[in-house]
Amino acid sequence: MKIAIASGKGGTGKTTLSTNLAVYLAEKKSVVLTDLDVEEPNSGLFIHGELIHQEDKFNMVPQWKSDSCTLCGNCREVCNFHAIVQLVDQIMVFPQLCHSCYACSELCPSGSLPMTPEKMGELQEYQSGNLHFIESKLDVGQEQAVPLIAQTLRYVDENYSEVMLKIYDSPPGTSCPVIEATKDADLVILITEPTPFGLHDLKLAVETMQELKKRFVVIINRYGIGNDDVVDYCDGENIPIIMKIPNSKAIAERYSRGELLYLVVPEFRAELDKLIGFIDTLNRETEQ
Amino acid sequence: MKEIVVISGKGGTGKTSLTASFAVLGAQDVIVADCDVDAADMHLLLEPDFKAAENFFSGVIAKIDQNICNQCGKCADVCRFDAIPVIDGHHIVQPLDCEGCGYCARICPVDAIKMEEQNVGNWYISTIKTGSTMVHARLGIGAENSGKLVAKVKNEAKRIADEQQKDLVLVDGSPGIGCPVVSSLSGASFVILVTEPTVSGFHDLKRVYQLVNKFGIKAGCIINKADLNPDVTQQIWEFLKNNAIEHIADLPYDESFTEAMTQGKTIIEYRQGELQEQVRQSWDKIETIVNSL
Amino acid sequence: MKIVFTSKGTEWVSAIDPRFGRTDYFFVYNKDSDEISTVDNRAIVETAHGAGPQTAQKLFELKPDVLITGNGPGGNAARVLAQGNIKIYVGASEMTVKEAYEAYQKGELKEF
Repeated sequence: MKIAIASGKGGTGKTTLSTNLAVYLAEKKSVVLTDLDVEEPNSGLFIHGELIHQEDKFNMVPQWKSDSCTLCGNCREVCNFHAIVQLVDQIMVFPQLCHSCYACSELCPSGSLPMTPEKMGELQEYQSGNLHFIESKLDVGQEQAVPLIAQTLRYVDENYSEVMLKIYDSPPGTSCPVIEATKDADLVILITEPTPFGLHDLKLAVETMQELKKRFVVIINRYGIGNDDVVDYCDGENIPIIMKIPNSKAIAERYSRGELLYLVVPEFRAELDKLIGFIDTLNRETEQ
Repeated sequence: MKEIVVISGKGGTGKTSLTASFAVLGAQDVIVADCDVDAADMHLLLEPDFKAAENFFSGVIAKIDQNICNQCGKCADVCRFDAIPVIDGHHIVQPLDCEGCGYCARICPVDAIKMEEQNVGNWYISTIKTGSTMVHARLGIGAENSGKLVAKVKNEAKRIADEQQKDLVLVDGSPGIGCPVVSSLSGASFVILVTEPTVSGFHDLKRVYQLVNKFGIKAGCIINKADLNPDVTQQIWEFLKNNAIEHIADLPYDESFTEAMTQGKTIIEYRQGELQEQVRQSWDKIETIVNSL
Repeated sequence: MKIVFTSKGTEWVSAIDPRFGRTDYFFVYNKDSDEISTVDNRAIVETAHGAGPQTAQKLFELKPDVLITGNGPGGNAARVLAQGNIKIYVGASEMTVKEAYEAYQKGELKEF
């Protein structure tokens, strides 16, 4: 089963939940945790395993061959992303703006723009007992998160087909990176706070998941603060709330130090058990 | 006219709550621009009236005219994004998968594909509860914030500031380190970095500061929830000192930010106390710095 | 010598546009012939991403010796400009074109 953990806005506890859930589950069985927030991956700050594999990730971008180019300007004209600039006697390519659509390359009359791999980031794989942790990080200056997310997902599929439980820490928001990260998930967990900001952003995330026709549930973090509007909204929309993480300064302090909460906060562990119970039930359903 | 941009790198540090507080303190003197379009929450505290609305178009996606299409499939062959599946015998573009590269439209032998501009959301010019003006936007699903939208929101805010002879534009900046935040920073007079003393907060602060530094913009920092982790707070102090970033304030971990938010208020309007005084002093300090630039 | 300013308008008293990629105009001063001309760059506002390199290409075609602007071009635009031996001066954000020119002559602007 593939579980994606997402949220409308940042800072609601996505990484806290994914890391705790993965490590806790790994006490009993094999789990793969993948950090897909490739622009700001933070899960690694909480997971301490042994680095077992590392590879560079590439995307395909055109590379200019000056010897055969006739400077006809077709490439610059076909590029909808303004990734090609033509100066007096040369063509310049801006890999960060390129979406790898191949149009310039395949439509070049003199074949002067072959697509070549260019490094966009790095994938690292760690292991700690039953837990496999995969993290991809976009190089600073690179702007296209989606291709790296797609390649990371493929890597996990190819290397961990035998591991049943896969957890994905998704990027925040409701735009393309989130859609890519949750596309193949069997279950999406939306984590939010019971505040007006939390509710507003939750609604956007819910609309996105409905549009994608995803099965999703809600977890409330910092429960007890704010008001009941998130609970009322979920009840009204028949969205199950499967876990409530209590609001506490002690939890915030432990998080700030990069500690795993379920080991030190019993109330947190009790709530996490509810989530795991829910996942088990779902697993049995799908097996039947 | 001066432009103050508030950014944070990581979400949940209190950036929007603080920006809204400053908007209330600056009152009639500041025009507000919300460029955090992915999580545009400032309207929940400032009560805009959504008076003037305009559609916002950005990017293009392919559309196949089924009356012209001969279903030859060449478009699907060249599409690198698998955005043109065959559904019931027809080639149909999936809007969420289409990147808008236009390759298919260029090679379609019967010219059945048009690239259509997408209406991805709205932007608004509103009067807010302080009596001042706010420019903000709302995007649809799958639509991403862009340098273009940020530039649009900021330009409108500046035009209005010019028109009303206001000296300050206050911008709630975009998250992350990509194109939108670059556009948020472009033209800024002063940047306020809002952070928290957590491992992730400090990590993201350093990443986003690289960008600010590249543009050579003067920056100041507010450490929110500073008492949460004195060790990390100390590390942030060091970082600020080493990079000549103005240390504006340390604010305590205080749930009244959330309590105020629940009532649709900024912390300034919620109740008076020490925290409010600190936020007030922060704003005074920011104004002094900006006026001296 | 040809000096180009990023500007909000088309006159000496127009304000400098602090942005490079999304500047409204280029104000071009040819010192040798004492002539001015302007280039309208406002269409670039319609570009979602990649405004910098496009504007840089346009500037490049003007073959200037000096560029005077506010914040300075971003990484992509700077890469294009590096092809043309253009000296770039920044820090003119709050000035008019005229003031920026005077500041440049006095050596008060920072080289990018």
